[in-house]
Amino acid sequence: MKGQGIKNFYDKHRPKFEKGGKLHPFQSVFEGFETFLYVPDKTTKKGSHVRDYIDLKRTMIFVVLAVVPTMLFGMYNIGYQHFHAIGEFAQTGFWEVFFYGFLRVLPAIVVSYVVGLGIEFTFAQIKGHEINEGYLVSGILIPLIIPIDTPLWMVAIAVAFSVIIAKEAFGGTGMNIWNPALIARAFLFFAYPAHMSGDSVWIRLGQDADKVVDGFSGATPLGLALTGNIDYNIWDAFWGFIPGSIGETSTFAILLGAAFLIITGIGSWRIMLATVIGALFTGLILNTFAVNPFMEIPFWHHLFLGGFAFGAVFMTTDPVSAAQTTRGKWIYGLLIGVLAIIIRVLNPAYPEGVMLAILLMNTFAPLIDHYVVQGNVRKRLKRAPANV
Amino acid sequence: MSNTIKIKKGFDIKLKGKADLSIGKAIEATRYAVKPTDFSGLKPKLSVKADDIVKAGTPLFFDKAQPEVKFTSPVSGKVISVNRGERRRILEIEIESDGKFESVDFSKGEINSLDRETVKQTLLDSGLWPLMVQRPFGVIPKVGETPRDIFITGFDSAPLAPDYEFTLKDEKESIQAGIDVVSKLTDGKVYLGLRPGSEFESLKGVEVNYFNGPHPAGNVGIQIHKTAPINKGDVVWTLNIQTLVYIGRLFSTGKLNLERLVAITGSEVKNTGYVKAIAGITIKPLVENNTKKEVKERFISGNVLTGEKVEETGYTGLTQNQVTVIPEGDEIEPFGWISPGFKKFTAGKTFLSKLMPKKEYILNANYHGGERAFVISGQYEKVLPMDILPVFLLKAILVNDIDKMENLGIFEVIEEDMALCEYVCTSKIEVQSILRNGMDTMIKELA
Repeated sequence: MKGQGIKNFYDKHRPKFEKGGKLHPFQSVFEGFETFLYVPDKTTKKGSHVRDYIDLKRTMIFVVLAVVPTMLFGMYNIGYQHFHAIGEFAQTGFWEVFFYGFLRVLPAIVVSYVVGLGIEFTFAQIKGHEINEGYLVSGILIPLIIPIDTPLWMVAIAVAFSVIIAKEAFGGTGMNIWNPALIARAFLFFAYPAHMSGDSVWIRLGQDADKVVDGFSGATPLGLALTGNIDYNIWDAFWGFIPGSIGETSTFAILLGAAFLIITGIGSWRIMLATVIGALFTGLILNTFAVNPFMEIPFWHHLFLGGFAFGAVFMTTDPVSAAQTTRGKWIYGLLIGVLAIIIRVLNPAYPEGVMLAILLMNTFAPLIDHYVVQGNVRKRLKRAPANV
Repeated sequence: MSNTIKIKKGFDIKLKGKADLSIGKAIEATRYAVKPTDFSGLKPKLSVKADDIVKAGTPLFFDKAQPEVKFTSPVSGKVISVNRGERRRILEIEIESDGKFESVDFSKGEINSLDRETVKQTLLDSGLWPLMVQRPFGVIPKVGETPRDIFITGFDSAPLAPDYEFTLKDEKESIQAGIDVVSKLTDGKVYLGLRPGSEFESLKGVEVNYFNGPHPAGNVGIQIHKTAPINKGDVVWTLNIQTLVYIGRLFSTGKLNLERLVAITGSEVKNTGYVKAIAGITIKPLVENNTKKEVKERFISGNVLTGEKVEETGYTGLTQNQVTVIPEGDEIEPFGWISPGFKKFTAGKTFLSKLMPKKEYILNANYHGGERAFVISGQYEKVLPMDILPVFLLKAILVNDIDKMENLGIFEVIEEDMALCEYVCTSKIEVQSILRNGMDTMIKELA
């Protein structure tokens, strides 16, 4: 039988990891790797005899696949921004540009997975349940929503905070209230503000800091806009050749991911669409009542700037922290769109509002669902004869 | 007075092995059995012992909670054994047929002149009473109760289900007689759910509704929800059209005759089709020399969503008119979670089998993944054509919140209605058994 060799290997070593075995403390790791290598032979005992082929592992892996274009582009853009800043882009080859970014993003991804999965394995072992795949997605999202100059130890602390406080404390994947990746980002934002905003964190200069060309700023378009300085090319913003967090800049790459999520049915198109509608609506209102240059930028530009697209596609659609009813999803998405742009444009303290808007709506998602559920209950009560 | 209701939500699992519309020979086996485990909430008390001689219609056991409710032998012959499981729970009462198929004589006569009590008594005595189902909670009908309405489903939309238009085409008289009988049991209406264009539309004394759309359109629960939903305090009785045939035969001939066509289905069956057999028959003669034996096989009495796993020597349930044989699937699949999946049928859209929507697929009994907490939202709603929020209902059950269960619609569903939710679930949650626990809690609470 196909793959029987691996199974025999696992069957042979399993007793060591079971209760009383020498390696019992590593049982969760053992089983985690086992189910990674093959889908187990467990068959149904009760209920429906047949079950769909989809499982959480495949679902999560598909989200990771959707993020890949964004990640690859983010790596390239790190190199692109770097070589532009030092004025050497024209004489640098494509692969050199890409690998410059690749080598700087990779450590953050490795740190994120090692720390995050390490904690997940530990919790699974203590609680005696199977490893949950949720962190596969958070683990790739976290490195993509931070500035490139974030020190690795900060990534590690943020990941640990997010997994322990925002997820495991609530009972693990499926029980958390907030999106774990955004909690990591928010933690960094409030704990180390100097590393998370300003003009100097978005572009990795490294040892070439002294080579910077005249007129280089390093600020993101939104950072500039907040100071009344509208200076970006909307096509650069769409393709992603602007400074910003690693994975957020290319709306185009994010759209590829969005298409993949929608076609496979894994991401909720309702939430994505509602978020976009909410943002466009707010943008229009701001345009109408504009009193400063930031409020005057064409309303649809907001979709291509900052973390909006990344948030709308990969963060709002996290099924656990989002609203879970169909009507609730529309409300949830709309409000995220509205709030994100309001915070972005009208709040002088934060140049970007997507993260806070999503976390805020994560908090309110159960409330939205509560009212949708009450609506369903009322309909049922109304149907019943009044005297019962 | 009829209308056509379009069911949009739901899902047809495209399984290989649909029953060919051919009728094989009538099969007379020597062994038959009645299984108390087929009835939820039943506490059986025996009225026979091994070696007793019985006829079709002789009581084998009764319900401790309602001693009037008797369960009778489907054939004449000898009781050979009472098989018990853990804690001496009675699993099945086996009967060896004497090949004569003699029935106890039940009163027959002009149906129209019968009163409600006589009808009830005859149904109780013959053992056909427990083949009806009371909602809410899917239990044996309470003897003292008068149901608000009676609902009959005239088709089965489950995977590979028997086509009653075909199997019952010569039984119209019995069906009409059955309708006349059951309409005595209620002061309300008798509803019949059919596919548009059905042969049975000429039946009288029923309100016919037509249901278009995928499974679970044929489930009586969905049909009730779409026509006259169950509110708190309501009690309705339901039956499928095959049971109606038994009732019709009983009252027109005075004999208990549980002969029906059984669909032999599934990807592992060599020649699918229908065979004539009496309910409760052992599965062996139905599938013997007719399965492929290429892989380990699972035998199911009923369909793949709600049927019961039985051994090859086991028995068909009294209300199940289908046997399904699928691969057991107890083998590993290396890197299964990333395979493109041309051969993997799915309700979602993450396997390339989606590109071939017309094909029929082989499904085995593997879980295809580990059990997880609720993560994905919106999945159950797509396959439950009811105005119910299934995940919230299940969560209410899990935290044992009686008020919420009531408010979220536990009166309206039984296991079969939410079986598809269990099939599509990414987190492999045991939806049907959670729902059963909830209903058992409610029964205790309301008692």
